[in-house]
Amino acid sequence: MAFIDNIGEATIDGVAYVGSLARLAGGAARAVFIEPFRGKPLRWARAIHQAMSVGVEAIPIVSLISFFVGLILALQGAYELRQLGALQLVASAVAVSMTRELGPLMTAIMVIGRSGSAFAAEIGTMKVNEEIDALETMALEPVRFLVAPKFLAMLLMMPCLTTWADFMGVLGGGLFGVTSAGFTWGTYFHATLNALELRDIASGLIKSVMFGLVITAVGCREGFNTGLGSEQVGRSTTSAVVNSIFFVIVVDLVFTAIFYFTAPLK
Amino acid sequence: MPAQPISKENTSGKSADIAISVRNLRVRYGTREILHGVNFEVPAGETLVIMGGSGCGKSTLLRTLVGLEHPSEGEIWIQGKNFAGMSGTQRDDLRKKMGMSFQSGALFGSMTVGENVALPLREHTPLDESTIDIVVRLKLDQVGLSGFENYMPAQLSGGMKKRAAIARALAMDPEILFFDEPSAGLDPIIAAGLDELILKLKKAFRITIVVVTHELASAFLIADRMILLDKGVVAAKGTPEELRQNTGPRVRQFLDRVPEPEMAAEIDYLQMLTGENPPQRR
Repeated sequence: MAFIDNIGEATIDGVAYVGSLARLAGGAARAVFIEPFRGKPLRWARAIHQAMSVGVEAIPIVSLISFFVGLILALQGAYELRQLGALQLVASAVAVSMTRELGPLMTAIMVIGRSGSAFAAEIGTMKVNEEIDALETMALEPVRFLVAPKFLAMLLMMPCLTTWADFMGVLGGGLFGVTSAGFTWGTYFHATLNALELRDIASGLIKSVMFGLVITAVGCREGFNTGLGSEQVGRSTTSAVVNSIFFVIVVDLVFTAIFYFTAPLK
Repeated sequence: MPAQPISKENTSGKSADIAISVRNLRVRYGTREILHGVNFEVPAGETLVIMGGSGCGKSTLLRTLVGLEHPSEGEIWIQGKNFAGMSGTQRDDLRKKMGMSFQSGALFGSMTVGENVALPLREHTPLDESTIDIVVRLKLDQVGLSGFENYMPAQLSGGMKKRAAIARALAMDPEILFFDEPSAGLDPIIAAGLDELILKLKKAFRITIVVVTHELASAFLIADRMILLDKGVVAAKGTPEELRQNTGPRVRQFLDRVPEPEMAAEIDYLQMLTGENPPQRR
């Protein structure tokens, strides 16, 4: 029965993990949206600092990756579309795939690598150095003090980065369209705008907010869970990245399914 | 700024001059019980030294006193209030009157020394920046670190880090100060300097101080009262003089630095070589 025991244990651990994420995200949401109205101000300076490092500093790499992904999408799409003699559809294929799926997802992956890991490393190092304990003995709540600014920065920056990634992806697709599919930049953007509905962009942005929430919760949770010793910080950072990617994909699946089944037919 | 006089509020019916009262305290990690019913009291303005060998539970006791661990049984009364049974907000209010200096210093590595000391003031008081500046300089001056406001903790030596941590613990003018192994890992001269500092704080501000240490010389120098923990129970308590005259075998062994009989076992020797849990030996 050891096998069944293992399944049971793994299930309980999994549920407990998701529960700990929810608790952390809930605590951070309370610190951002409720407690400032009860006389416990948010650390705005810290939130702005985090927003710079999560968002603004990620623009170059997100731009480059999204541009390439847009170009790849165009190439892959065109490979199939030209068989059907429908090469002009490449613009709408790129636009819809970027805004609904790959813009938010590639942005999330970049942000996990840059910031999710950094959250885990920062909080993990503080844990090892007793700094988290020090916060508590100074009557400073670690979630309000450390997680809330990251949470706010992430919720604001993820949709911004994703919008930018959508644009860069379309630009990447446009490069192919203009050089190899008979578009001009003007006709390519016109075709893109015709193909897109507000719903496409909005669904991608809603996902990106959810991704931001997941990345913050997993990164900080792994940081707080760091054991004793500096090698544990490395372990936390790795789990933060792996678990964030996993949970982002799961959340992506759930929201894509919701958007699919609730979408009106065109 | 001297500490406020100890609050007269007392719901336990005990004398208001008792700053800390611990009753039948038990602490458990999972299924393993670390402290098996610890009792002691610290009168206001006195210095209590908690001594004991490695793994006797003294750090757990200190962590429980400041609320980082939760007792599985028993009570902790601080200034006549039941600390262990409080809600989060009440506990935070009491914590603002307590300062803790951690073994490693636990300064925030991303902030300067000055910002570290200013942090509790910025978060908990309505003081404006210029006043906070003055308080920070005052506190750093008290621990002999004038002019180090703009240094990062990583630029300080071990002894200076501890001093900066003490300055941070003093920032809110605490009524009770806790020290975890203040002289661990420091050379004898700097360790003696820290002892002086603790004595100075006690004399100048009449702060109640709780120190965890296994440095005997330092313990006897600073203590008004001592307790010796052994395997999670209080093996002896009293004034330094009473402890010196105590004839209990574990007390004598600890104070006279008699090694454990099995100290010659291979594993102990390896531990001694690798520096983990070094035996107390002349």
